[in-house]
Amino acid sequence: MPVLHSAPKFASNEGVIDALSAALGSMLVSAREEHGEVVLTVARDQVENALRLLRDNHEYQQLMEMAGVDYPSRAERFEVVYMLLSVTKNHRLMVKVNAAENTPVPTVTTIWPNAGWLEREVFDMYGVIFAGNPDLRRILTDYGFEGHPFRKDFPLTGYQELRYSEEDKRVVYEPVKLAQDFRSFDFMSPWEGAEYVLPGDEKAEGDKA
Amino acid sequence: MSTLVDSTGQPLGQGGAVTPPDQAFFKDLNQEVSDKGFLVTSTEELFQWARTGSLWWMTFGLACCAVEMIHVNMPRYDMERFGAAPRASPRQSDVMIVAGTLCNKMAPALRKVYDQMSDPKYVISMGSCANGGGYYHYSYSVVRGCDRIVPVDIYVPGCPPTAEALLYGVMQLQRKIRRAGTLER
Repeated sequence: MPVLHSAPKFASNEGVIDALSAALGSMLVSAREEHGEVVLTVARDQVENALRLLRDNHEYQQLMEMAGVDYPSRAERFEVVYMLLSVTKNHRLMVKVNAAENTPVPTVTTIWPNAGWLEREVFDMYGVIFAGNPDLRRILTDYGFEGHPFRKDFPLTGYQELRYSEEDKRVVYEPVKLAQDFRSFDFMSPWEGAEYVLPGDEKAEGDKA
Repeated sequence: MSTLVDSTGQPLGQGGAVTPPDQAFFKDLNQEVSDKGFLVTSTEELFQWARTGSLWWMTFGLACCAVEMIHVNMPRYDMERFGAAPRASPRQSDVMIVAGTLCNKMAPALRKVYDQMSDPKYVISMGSCANGGGYYHYSYSVVRGCDRIVPVDIYVPGCPPTAEALLYGVMQLQRKIRRAGTLER
């Protein structure tokens, strides 16, 4: 990548995949570069070892963020994504792990303390279990919340809503009852080929006949 | 620079000119006090004067609307000239301005703060989210309008409402207090 700037935003990805693939060895499942980012998929039971190796031997000192992804069509439907930053190499790395609802992912709180809350967030939103996390509670959703809202099969409006009950003198939970149903709008521009007959177009066909 | 004039050709006051208050009114009042030693008014009017003149508001900034709520207190709009001062304690507040998205997790806390406020108490719902859920109306975690949790007196529309809009909302509340008198809850 040509450097157009005296201070490049980040270091080049060149050779990173080869070097890290060799270092990770059998822990690595796949490695690729996408959208200018290096993405490594590692075996689930080896994720702690792999990340420790990346931190201690390859200067990826910081865990910036953890994310979850839900692919309902897969057998192991979740992906957990660890985003690493090397402040010395000025380079970023994404490490992915596949997981299902009943397959715990080893915790990385032993490597980075901040992973505690990040794992709680992924657990809260997706229901991925992190084995060894000392405090795996919900972190964002309401107290007593049921379900995992970022799963694709979770309904947008959830299951419960709140209102203040004048009889009980407290805020009560009730099943969701929407005054107006959620509408899904069709934002496809007619100029880009809508897949339906536009209102009024049928008249033009009628004239020809 | 030419002098600015009004419609009758009289020069307008320069910047920084002080417009004196209505001297005749003050003279009348002074006269009454010094002659009789007391003023006569109705309790209704006295209460309304006190209530509209010191609308201390509970800061309930929940989201970006809170920034506009801050703006209206800064020197440009200076809400304190209407006697509306921010209070951090519900015990000292008369009006709660719900500024922003009310989430499910926050709702019991909002109600608790409202319950702690001393009567007479008023609520201004500020912005689309507080009015009816707004952008997050269909969300699993957002209350569809803070009027599901507390009784709202004034709704200020906008996303977020401008500082002027909120100021207008406060003035509307003053009007409502003057018109409706003591609200029965």
